[in-house]
Amino acid sequence: MIGFDPTDEQALIVETVRGFVENEVRPRSRECDEAGALAKDVLSQAHELGLVANGLPEEHGGGGQRNAVTSCLIIEELAWGDLALAAGILSPSLLGVPIADFGTEAQQKELLPSLCSDAFEPGCLALVEPRFDFDAAEPQTSARKDGDEYVLVGEKCLVPWLDGSGPALVVASDEAAGSPQLFLVPRAAEGLSVKPEANLGLAGLPTVELSLDGVRINEAAKLGGASGADLSQLIDRGRTAAAAAAVGLARASFELSRDYAKEREAFGVPIATKQAIAFKLADMAIEIDAARLLTWEAAFTLDQGQKATREARLAFDKARRTAIQASDGAVQVLGGHGYIRDYLPEMHLRNAAGLQSYEALGFV
Amino acid sequence: MPIDFELTPNSLLARDHYNEIARERMRPVSREADTREHWLPDEWVDFWWSQGRMGAPGNPAEEGDGFVTVCIQAEELCWGDAGLYLRMPTAALGGSAVGAAGTPEQREKFMAPFQDSPHPVWGAMAITEPGAGSDAAAIETTADWDDETEEWILNGIKIFCTAGEGASQVEGGFVVVWATIDKEAGRGGIKSFVVPAKTAGMELVGLEKKMGIRASDTATLRFDNCRVPKGNLLGSAEVRKKKPGGDKGFKGAMATFDASRPIVAAMAVGVGRASLDFLREELQRQGVEIRYNAPAHALSAIERDVMEMEAELQAARLLTWRSAQMMGQGKPNSLEASMAKAKAGLAVTQITQRAVEILGPLGQSKKLLIEKWMRDAKINDIFEGTQQINQLIVARRILDYSSSMLR
Repeated sequence: MIGFDPTDEQALIVETVRGFVENEVRPRSRECDEAGALAKDVLSQAHELGLVANGLPEEHGGGGQRNAVTSCLIIEELAWGDLALAAGILSPSLLGVPIADFGTEAQQKELLPSLCSDAFEPGCLALVEPRFDFDAAEPQTSARKDGDEYVLVGEKCLVPWLDGSGPALVVASDEAAGSPQLFLVPRAAEGLSVKPEANLGLAGLPTVELSLDGVRINEAAKLGGASGADLSQLIDRGRTAAAAAAVGLARASFELSRDYAKEREAFGVPIATKQAIAFKLADMAIEIDAARLLTWEAAFTLDQGQKATREARLAFDKARRTAIQASDGAVQVLGGHGYIRDYLPEMHLRNAAGLQSYEALGFV
Repeated sequence: MPIDFELTPNSLLARDHYNEIARERMRPVSREADTREHWLPDEWVDFWWSQGRMGAPGNPAEEGDGFVTVCIQAEELCWGDAGLYLRMPTAALGGSAVGAAGTPEQREKFMAPFQDSPHPVWGAMAITEPGAGSDAAAIETTADWDDETEEWILNGIKIFCTAGEGASQVEGGFVVVWATIDKEAGRGGIKSFVVPAKTAGMELVGLEKKMGIRASDTATLRFDNCRVPKGNLLGSAEVRKKKPGGDKGFKGAMATFDASRPIVAAMAVGVGRASLDFLREELQRQGVEIRYNAPAHALSAIERDVMEMEAELQAARLLTWRSAQMMGQGKPNSLEASMAKAKAGLAVTQITQRAVEILGPLGQSKKLLIEKWMRDAKINDIFEGTQQINQLIVARRILDYSSSMLR
């Protein structure tokens, strides 16, 4: 039955996350962006709230409450706070969800408990490749079977690389499987070189370029073992999550614009009383609500166990366009103040532009 | 209702039911109704009166989606033909006004023909005047009280009255006319009056020649000492100088727009979908696939356009359903209804125009309906609250500004 109201439980979750974000995440936003590093205490505190662990399987220490719509609500609030910190907080899902959905029993036993334990343990997903014509469904990074091993060759970029010990999940083409697969590569693997990146957006999130030069891993480290994994489903989940993040960022930008425009006076009146500004804000508000509903629909479709490729793609494209519209709008409304790094709009705009390249900051 | 995008079986039945009506009863006469502007499409009108309005099959004992189902009906029928939809014999906005502002006795009396009449009847609302459209409070049609006969006397001229011919000329129907009983009082003096069809002094001056929705009778009505009984004033006759708490005059009438805006948005979605459906079918015939998993750099221009059009149409639909859902729950939905209308009007204008562009000569040709849908779509950005007025309403709400703070 058609409905648009979060349940009481979801509303409570949103309230809790929002309070955490206001008190702990937002105050650290600019500092993390300038430093190019995430505040560890914030990551730990978020982990204590169980935001990702709640969705992981109960038998391995998680909360067993897997729900894509609820995840979107959480992700929106985190991104409303700060996109880079949100990405850090959500990174455990980059490992946790693929393992929960496709991992062998051994893989689940080995890797899920550490994501659900007391200490924060990040995840790393090596999906994007440093090419103009990168296609998530057709990675150029390859995994060639050689006996009981796979040999990985290729280049990856925009790989979140927070301090931790867990493996990187590397997406590579697998000729024998006929579809791209995911491989658990230890951080210290021979043949793997790691180069820190500096990017336009999500500057606070430590990311690296990976070079895989004949990295050998045992076949047991292929996600799902012989059965493999359905990358396209993960992409759909990643896009849905990214869409929710874009909505949160857009909402933050909109609120900054609205609040500033009501205070700032020019020609004797608040600039919000001028139609050019007021209509710009109205358009932002409409498109943010529109993007949110499309995102929820994609998440709902996933929760029904159905294929959501079309919905996730449309939601992601819409949400990222909206994030640009709102964050660019915020810079514009704040004028000179929107341009300087003392205020947040310029950071949101850089983050919105950066978000587009990721395909997945987390998985719902 | 919790977040959910699955329609109930009753809604699905309704959708199929109205889609079939659209295919079988509307599309076959679409071109003719458009070409023969001002022609009464009597087969369609008689069908709707005798069968169509009886509703969709479905189990009343099972849950429905409430007002979302009404939106679905509007969407399917306008997917059929927006002009013919507006030509349907229904109480329409006139009925909404009676429902919103009338007493229970007035509702029973004026709506009775819509239950009992053996022949089709129409309702309409007449607000707009040559000098007052968006600025509804500036209307100049007057209503003067005759103490002796206990009648109101209406004088003025109304334009752009949808279903104005049917409502003014066919016995049993009525036109709800906005008039002022005290010009000095501004909007506080504006009231709605039910003027039954064929009332002396109400004259059908003419019908507009329009860009689209040509099957709809858009009328100019002149009121020349048109007398209606005391009981035909909807609500209270008291003139309010300030914003009232319970006055059903101007405010009550404006409230009907919060209720009708979701339906109008749904109408727009129907027209937009007609274009998009045809475009997708044509692309399929030509072997052009829309690849939702292809990376951005690899998308053809058409794929990119179609994906964007689909997203915008679905966004318009979901915003519309949200505002309808809120209305059904009795929640104030002014902001959400205006968002839906603003979005739908703009989105389907762009969708139908882009469809014409993409389809090249097929988009031009009167052998097909694409060109007609572009012409039909445009009005959705204008009537029942222009896009700019809806943007203004949204802006006021999000800024928490009164109308005097943001003009």
